[in-house]
Amino acid sequence: MMAKPYFRTVYDVPREEYLAPGHGLCAGCTAGTIVKLLLKVAGPNTIVVNATGCVEVSTTPFPYTSWKVPWIHVAFENTAAVASGIESALKALKAKGMIDPAKRINIIALAGDGGTYDIGFQALSGMLERGHKVMYVLYDNEAYMNTGIQRSGGTPEYAWTTTTPVGKILKGKVQQKKPIAEIVAAHRIPYVATANPGYFADMMNKFKKGLEVEGPSFVHVLQPCTTGWKFDPRYGIVLARLATETALWINWQQEEGQFSVTVSVPRRKHVKHYFELQGRFSHLTEEDIEKIQKEVDLEVDRINKLVGRTVIGPLVE
Amino acid sequence: MESVLKVTWKRLPLSTNFAIAQAVKDSDVDVVSAYPITPQTTVVERISEFIANGELKAEMIHVESEHSAMSAAIGASAVGARTFTATAAQGLELMHELLHIASGLRLPIVMSVAARALSAPLSIWGDYSDVMNVRDTSWIIIIASTAQEAYDSVIQAYRIAEDPRVFLPVLVAYDGYAMSHTYEPVYVSEKSDAFKDYIPKNPRWYTLNPEKPITMGAMASPEWFYEFKYQQVVAMKNALDVVKEADDEYGKRYERKYGIIEEEGVEGSDITFVTYGGLYGTLKESIEELRKKGEQIGLARIRLFRPFPSEMLADIAEKAKALVVLDRAITFGVNISGPVAREIISSLYARGIERNVYSFIVGIGQRTVTEKDIIAIYEKVKEMLASHERQKESIYWGVRE
Ligand SMILES: Cc1ncc(C[n+]2csc(CCOP(=O)(O)OP(=O)(O)O)c2C)c(N)n1
Ligand code: SF4
Ligand SMILES: [Mg+2]
Repeated sequence: MMAKPYFRTVYDVPREEYLAPGHGLCAGCTAGTIVKLLLKVAGPNTIVVNATGCVEVSTTPFPYTSWKVPWIHVAFENTAAVASGIESALKALKAKGMIDPAKRINIIALAGDGGTYDIGFQALSGMLERGHKVMYVLYDNEAYMNTGIQRSGGTPEYAWTTTTPVGKILKGKVQQKKPIAEIVAAHRIPYVATANPGYFADMMNKFKKGLEVEGPSFVHVLQPCTTGWKFDPRYGIVLARLATETALWINWQQEEGQFSVTVSVPRRKHVKHYFELQGRFSHLTEEDIEKIQKEVDLEVDRINKLVGRTVIGPLVE
Repeated sequence: MESVLKVTWKRLPLSTNFAIAQAVKDSDVDVVSAYPITPQTTVVERISEFIANGELKAEMIHVESEHSAMSAAIGASAVGARTFTATAAQGLELMHELLHIASGLRLPIVMSVAARALSAPLSIWGDYSDVMNVRDTSWIIIIASTAQEAYDSVIQAYRIAEDPRVFLPVLVAYDGYAMSHTYEPVYVSEKSDAFKDYIPKNPRWYTLNPEKPITMGAMASPEWFYEFKYQQVVAMKNALDVVKEADDEYGKRYERKYGIIEEEGVEGSDITFVTYGGLYGTLKESIEELRKKGEQIGLARIRLFRPFPSEMLADIAEKAKALVVLDRAITFGVNISGPVAREIISSLYARGIERNVYSFIVGIGQRTVTEKDIIAIYEKVKEMLASHERQKESIYWGVRE
């Protein structure tokens, strides 16, 4: 059986803050929540490599910074490669006695969906294959938000973006969301997980695990984006939870090849509840929604079979 | 003089690629990240052997592209490691985005480039098209003309890059093939720690350290960006002295030095040839014949392309009646299309010096340049000079139109 999780309630969340307030993320942006909790788990002995994107531009307008840990931004597509360099360098400097060999320094690569699914994919795959001890955190707001909401490989089917507009013939994105976490898992690294800030303790436990394993780890976090998804800023966490309650987003982990669902959903909600709160899906017809519901039902079956019991329950509301 | 006695040299037959690898070992580099590309590859192969045999204690990152090679080098340098990479041609182009970032972050990375032509059409042969494209990236660019000089230049490069007046990355270039794969006798240090006082391990640049957290690579608004760039202008200016000092100090300690421009016979010459890289060797040999006939010919080899030694070149120009610049790269769409010729013309203009500067494009994609070519170029220039002909356009020597 699994050991008791380290973080269970808000009382377990460390008080120390490593992301200073005053950043320029949109009001209601859940990226701030994710990063803040990530740093609370990681603590001060941490180096963060951040890809170009919303988090990067919003937290470091020179001469200000929100980061109380060492932080570097190099470019958009190379976060994993920069992190690889840092990890190798620390190893070399430790071997040569230039830094204390006993010192454990967390290396976190932090990138958006565009910077991971698309342009940064090659560098990510290389880092995983080489086995650098880096935790890669993908915050997935399902589009290129920093450049104004363009579609990415992480944008879900039907979603409106500025490059997948709702027109007379085409209605939102035509293709499906790339199963990035599964593709990463196929690299057979020690730890892969999906998480969402609506289940903060689960997410934090995954960050902790990812930092502990000896080798690369990958945590894929759903990040509701008020501006790009077009919802009332107060609903970010509600939407994050709805994604899991409808099983559009399943919180799972794969630890040393062992797959498990960490947030079970005994009573599943209809996907319409998730869609109706978001402007990016407002063009969906009832048929479209039913089609997506069927796809989710199939996916739930697959996951339950994979786990060997019913972790995601039947549709009830 | 005491330190000179300490270094014992061994004379090895080495290609420039192997000489570079030897210098990386003797510089006690901490991290190497690189990707294979002809004609650079044997540099990294040899470094891998040094690491595999325990002769160099370093981490080798076998990246999946040159873009990642430079990215990983940036990461490694940003935590204070002495970092090296090597590439050529397409690989250097793939890095291009990161070249600006490495210098913008003021990281003292050293890279060697076996200069090669750029596609298309594909050519794996030598010219300087790749190196010249680095011109505007704020990298210091040294061009060596022998394997020995390449070895010494890599070691000097760490001293230059890691100098607080500079803190900029350095590129050491040399001819792809003609040098990268040709063996020459090279004096290398018997012991690997011979240079530890010349290039002490003491990272003084800004690094990512949890005990002293900083933010690197922030976003700069129009209020700030310009000042960051101007600091690079100043660092580049400083680099001219620092390169000179590093070379002088190397000479003092190790009895080999090169200067910023290698020159001979420029005083009172009728025509002074200017070039860079391995072509200088051919030039020197060719000129012997002409000199025997009593021709007054000067020779100058630019060892530093960035920062550009404008004043020194103006001095050389002042001593001659005309300059002939042999460029191994083309900047397309301008009348004078030799990159170095253009720099020289603007250097002379700034000093108010009136001299004819004749720009010749040679050795593109390793088109052979022989003694005969040099003599013919000389004759051609003499004719143009005699008829007071000003050059309106670079001459594409030997091309079939
Ligand atoms: C090589 C390169 N191409 C394009 C860009 C422009 N660009 C900057 S951020 C960005 C979108 C980032 O999207 P994502 O990774 O999803 O992060 P988000 O902004 O959504 O947080 C793009 C396209 C760039 N910086 N570099
Ligand atoms: S656009 Fe979206 S991801 Fe970016 S700051 Fe705003 S809410 Fe956050
Ligand atoms: Mg995004």
